[in-house]
Amino acid sequence: MTTSRMQDNIILQVQNVSKRFGGLLAVSEVTFDLPKGQILGLIGPNGAGKTTLFNVINGVYTPTEGQITFRGTDISGWKPYDVVGLGLARTHQIVRPLNDLTVLENVMAGACYGHESHSLTEAEVIALEVMEFVGLHERRNLLAASLNVAQKKRLEMARALASRPYLLLLDEVLAGLNPTEIAEMVEVVLKIREQGVSIFIIEHVMHALMNVSDRIIVLDYGQLIAEGTPDEIVDNPKVIEAYLGDPALAEKLMSGS
Amino acid sequence: MKSWKYPALWLTVGVVLAGGLIPVITGSKIMRESMFLILMAVTMASSLNILLGYAGYVSFGHIVFFGLGGYVGFYLIAEQGWNLIPAALAGGLASGVLALLLGIALLRLRGAYFALATIGINEAMRTFINNFNLFGGPIGMELNFIVYQDYGGAANMQWLTYWLMFGVTIIAVLMSYGVKFSRFGLGLMSIREDEDAAMAMGIHTPKVKTMAYILSAILPGIIGVIFFFRNSSVQPAGAFRLHRSIEMIVMVMLGGQGTVQGPLVGAALYEALRSYLLTSPLFKDLQLAIAGVLLLLIILFVPSGVIGWLRHRFKGLWRVLE
Repeated sequence: MTTSRMQDNIILQVQNVSKRFGGLLAVSEVTFDLPKGQILGLIGPNGAGKTTLFNVINGVYTPTEGQITFRGTDISGWKPYDVVGLGLARTHQIVRPLNDLTVLENVMAGACYGHESHSLTEAEVIALEVMEFVGLHERRNLLAASLNVAQKKRLEMARALASRPYLLLLDEVLAGLNPTEIAEMVEVVLKIREQGVSIFIIEHVMHALMNVSDRIIVLDYGQLIAEGTPDEIVDNPKVIEAYLGDPALAEKLMSGS
Repeated sequence: MKSWKYPALWLTVGVVLAGGLIPVITGSKIMRESMFLILMAVTMASSLNILLGYAGYVSFGHIVFFGLGGYVGFYLIAEQGWNLIPAALAGGLASGVLALLLGIALLRLRGAYFALATIGINEAMRTFINNFNLFGGPIGMELNFIVYQDYGGAANMQWLTYWLMFGVTIIAVLMSYGVKFSRFGLGLMSIREDEDAAMAMGIHTPKVKTMAYILSAILPGIIGVIFFFRNSSVQPAGAFRLHRSIEMIVMVMLGGQGTVQGPLVGAALYEALRSYLLTSPLFKDLQLAIAGVLLLLIILFVPSGVIGWLRHRFKGLWRVLE
């Protein structure tokens, strides 16, 4: 009884997931839960396997071992398009706009083929609404190729949101942005959560991540080495040692600058 | 659908109608023969454009659908006594089925690998037909002229097949337009721009690509039947000419890949050029070499083709040129 109620509150359950590329174990027996409505942060040094974990969850890679359960369905080894159909969308670390299409068409494609699969007319309504939400409305008729990096990150986000997901995987949406753009983006992320969408976010911009995350998990060499609230994570000696290495940097991080 | 809101569609259909009606109005048989070839080229190029222009997949062996469809339909007419129209539909169906099977197998490949595989298919099919006795092997099949009596005699048959080709071309252009401005078309163009991103957006890429391949194969199959019926004979060498595939690509690139009017303009220009070259004593052996140079120049200097260039140059024409 208690277990099943707990299950209901968990939107994403990752159990013992490993991903091996030949001799390299990129993700090793990772287990965690993401409760509905929360923002879960994922940090770790370069090459720790963060993006690989995302790719395993959204179906780009099949896990070598383990099980991924999304809203009660086992999605391990599903294709990305089937995963989106269940309501799990993502953005890419390296932005992938559809360059020769307009911003509006990019977002419409997200709505057309997303979780709710809409007709073109309905997709346009959703796309306009989502673009207003992320602040791309004025650029809707430009070609996606003509956007700057910050706008392309917004476009990635808008496209993912247009699929009307229950869970959004955000892969470094703040990287390469200036402080003003970061502040704006953080606001968008919090607004998305307010709409009831759960978020799993990879981020290197620490202070921003510390502010938005309910909980944070830490990967190092593919292994989950820590899990907890932002405060617990910054105080965790394992994290400081493995991830930050340098004590001076750790101090800087804790002071939040 | 409020049709007057779509000037590009009206312009495109209008041009095809006007061009196709010239031989009918003038009654000129010479004009009818050249227009027949142009309409055929437009249909082939518009069909290929669905795969090449919208989905971004280069098929070097697209003529295989023309050849196979033509063979199947011709066999049904010559050996089984079918009427031209059901036989043409059967030819289209055969090509569609072949595309379905090939799509399932080949569309896992991307880019150059897919292109190479399509060349292989055309050559394999020619070899197969060469050794397939039911279809006459290397000699092919011939039509007894008596069959034309059912269509009001040979002279009447030529007009009838012209009208059929005309109708198929209009369908090709409408299909080209319809696909481009549909949800399906948006999915195809997403694949063209970034296939991995398209998958992550929820586009079932194998299904969508296979559908595009099938759609691009059906009309070439149908016109294959019309063409070989009119010719009264079919041989493996004539049905599966690899260079016709390359000429189709030149037409699409010349007019503007991924546009509706591009294949129309490209096919008309290329056919005009081809008939000039073939009849000119100086160039008659160089027709393919010139096509190759043309393709090179297009890719280097105007990769978006005539229509793409015009759209870029004259922004005011965006609604008219699609």
